Amino acid sequence: MNRQIGRIGAVVLVLFGALFVNLNVITLLQADELANHTANRRVIIREYAIERGPIVVGEEAIARSVPTEGGQYRYLRTYPEPELYAHLTGYYSIVLQRSGLERALNEELTGRTTEVVAQNLGEFLGGAQRPGNAVELTIDRRAQEAARDALAGREGAVVAIDPTTGAVLASYANPTFDPNPLSSHDAREINEAWAPLRNDPNRPLVDRATGELYPPGSAFKVIVAAATLEAGDDPSRTFPNEATFDVPQTTQDISNAGGVRCGEGDEVTLQTGFRRSCNTVFARLGLELGDDVLAAQAEAFGFNRTPPLELPVAASRIPLEQDVPATAQSAIGQRDVQASVLHMAMVAATVANGGQLLRPHLVQTVRGPDGAILRGPDIGRWEEPPGDGRPVSPRTAQQLRSMMIDAVTGPGATGGSAAIDGVEVGGKTGTAQTAPGAGPVAWFIGFAGDEVAVAVAVPDADGGGGVIAAPIARAVMAATIRD
Amino acid sequence: MTAGTVVIGDGPRATEARLLVGAVLITSAAGVLLGWSSSSELPPAALVTGLALAAIATVAHLTVRVTAPDADPILLPITFLLNGLGLVFVQRVDMATGSELAAAQAVWTAVSVGAFCALLLFLREVRVLARLQYTFGLLTIVLLLAPLIPGLTAGVINGAQLWIDVFGLRFQPGEIAKLTMVVFLAAYLERNRALLSVATQRIGPVLLPAPRHLAPLLVATGAALVIMAGLRDLGSALLFFGAFLAMLYVATGRLAYPALGVVAFSIGATVAYQLFGHVRVRVSIWLDPWADVTGSAYQLAQSLFALATGGLTGTGLGFGRPQDIPFSATDAIFVVIGEELGLLGSTAILLLYLTIAMRGLKIAQTARDEFSTLLATGLTVFIAFQTFVIIGGLTRLVPLTGITLPFVSYGGSSLLSNYLLIALLLRISDESRAAVLGRSTQQGSGGPRA
Repeated sequence: MNRQIGRIGAVVLVLFGALFVNLNVITLLQADELANHTANRRVIIREYAIERGPIVVGEEAIARSVPTEGGQYRYLRTYPEPELYAHLTGYYSIVLQRSGLERALNEELTGRTTEVVAQNLGEFLGGAQRPGNAVELTIDRRAQEAARDALAGREGAVVAIDPTTGAVLASYANPTFDPNPLSSHDAREINEAWAPLRNDPNRPLVDRATGELYPPGSAFKVIVAAATLEAGDDPSRTFPNEATFDVPQTTQDISNAGGVRCGEGDEVTLQTGFRRSCNTVFARLGLELGDDVLAAQAEAFGFNRTPPLELPVAASRIPLEQDVPATAQSAIGQRDVQASVLHMAMVAATVANGGQLLRPHLVQTVRGPDGAILRGPDIGRWEEPPGDGRPVSPRTAQQLRSMMIDAVTGPGATGGSAAIDGVEVGGKTGTAQTAPGAGPVAWFIGFAGDEVAVAVAVPDADGGGGVIAAPIARAVMAATIRD
Repeated sequence: MTAGTVVIGDGPRATEARLLVGAVLITSAAGVLLGWSSSSELPPAALVTGLALAAIATVAHLTVRVTAPDADPILLPITFLLNGLGLVFVQRVDMATGSELAAAQAVWTAVSVGAFCALLLFLREVRVLARLQYTFGLLTIVLLLAPLIPGLTAGVINGAQLWIDVFGLRFQPGEIAKLTMVVFLAAYLERNRALLSVATQRIGPVLLPAPRHLAPLLVATGAALVIMAGLRDLGSALLFFGAFLAMLYVATGRLAYPALGVVAFSIGATVAYQLFGHVRVRVSIWLDPWADVTGSAYQLAQSLFALATGGLTGTGLGFGRPQDIPFSATDAIFVVIGEELGLLGSTAILLLYLTIAMRGLKIAQTARDEFSTLLATGLTVFIAFQTFVIIGGLTRLVPLTGITLPFVSYGGSSLLSNYLLIALLLRISDESRAAVLGRSTQQGSGGPRA
């Protein structure tokens, strides 16, 4: 009988060995996956026990944690100016998890990035938690408020960037939402607020400043002009002056707005074509350059890549291979070319600062609970290949800059309503056709000196970029420079 | 000689005494840590609890010293350590959920140790049990049926009808039935071993003994299994069946039995899967717990979350979330330990059970007669298999069925029957070592024989 008992012992050993191996798999290999599972409330409860750091604009917290009485969650996240900053802060929810900066900067806000060392034995034994870190944003309150006020409830987005650093000064999008009920501790309240937001046909949860792509229309002509200037042309180079450009291989020819010629004379310069935003000039130029050169110049400016902002950003798009009619359409920012508002503000900033494509960033500083600065802003060129952070030479940037100033201040300029007295404002309008029946996307991208670069997009607009978008850009730029 | 050896002497009982001191110290330290987790002052109750534990351990140890001086020295301390940690973690669950189970469990501990001592005192020779085999067989059936008797039954609790109410006390007679069942099987198999080992009938490639030798066994076991299936206690049915197969295999030496048993189990499992909705649910949870995380798979998912949160070293005593785990004081107490003590703690628990199993099988191998060998085998396999099924269930190794973790889970019947089980193993080991040492176990109640 002893042999049989020995075999039973072996079986017991195998069974317990299996238990041991399985325990290791769960606690070590699958630990992260299980800890972050959506049905696992442990992590979030522990997180809610920490006084999460505030998100700060200027001196004021736009997201902060306040202690609660009773309940299993110790701190409630509140947003004093919910709609103004909703797309930046996002929400912090026990049901929906996190979005926006609450999600992107979670480690900083919970303090997990810093050395969590118990300050004394009591803290060590008692498991007391240090509060999280404060995150100070680069956002300029006046610019943000100006963006909201100038949009005046219209659907659309405004992004303002400091061209010398890449710091985002304003990022506002309509429609917006209130993150407070979504951050409630009451699951029912959250769901009641969430369902209408999710089902709203106006999609208020979509951040049109970063998460939505629009055809840039004539604003894209900045990049087409950059390509030809990089190839050695000057703004004075001439093109035939015509009302309609006969695009080869298609019956869909390209006309100027209003079907008129590009000003007086038989010939027209690149600068005039730019100032008057003549489609005939740029469609012809686009075909002359070819799809490869256009795509290469756009990619040098960051198309087909995701800008390294703290928030998720949709990558602007341009096809690498296009046939002749498509290339002509792309050259005027239509058809398959699409860009985010944030990215177009980066393009304007690149022209304003002499040709450097900078990394956009929202975080100015991360401060520990004791006030010590743990992290500063992430300033630098966006050098992710195939780009090198220098899409154009300083000479090209200078020429583009002059052309854009001309497009605001010159005779017959489309961007005249962006002009500010006593400030050197440059820019480019855009009016991109989208679906039949819908209004165009009204664009303006530009800059005021080297203090601020801005991009505005208003979809389904009841007017062109010069009428609708340029005044909004003006208001935001004016708010920024009146320091 | 150190002072310690003067007091507690030498030999197996001295080893036991030292290990018991360790078990009491570990348990008391755990109790103090648990108290500290919620307040920075030393809870005054911790001292009382520690002293009470020490007193109970002393009584148990002295009883063994007097009545089974040559018994295995490891089993009692391990039992005590598991029981003590169980008490701490039941208290931990109380703190988290507001339940008040710890006091009852402490009383049950005292009662169980009392029963343990009584069994050792009154059962001086384990063979006595063999003479009562049919009594035990009948008793098994009666105990299993008791929850169905009107007036006794406590009704359906958590989907199974397993409890009786006696004088206001809730008891699960099936826990005692596992002991009587193993005693019956051991006695029956010893008597009919030779007949069962001789194969005269051929079914396909398998040789089997004549049906009339096998029949009583199959009838008794089958009846027990059917009753438990009827009571919807499939976890226990599985344990009974496993112990039965192991004992049959050891008695006959024929692999055909466990092989046939596996076939029978597969058929039974398939039938159960078809018949019982809750079995189908259990299996689907096991195959894909993430399909219904907030519903039927809630307990399993929470168990896995708890273990994953614990990681290698655990959250620390008092810092887990037992309140998120259904049945955290009973079925799922292992994951509460795993969360707060981590992989290190849960592995330590596993090793304690493995040690019980290995010591138990060793006792079976060295037992002085075949009845004792079979009895020790059955008891050991029962406890080892029970540990495997519940821990494996909580960790998704096998489908989860609600049974207790021996000595650790909250539950008086389980605690009592497992203490009696250990008492039987100690009795068997004492007899075999006494026989080797040439002592008589009939000597009765002398002091320690030096």
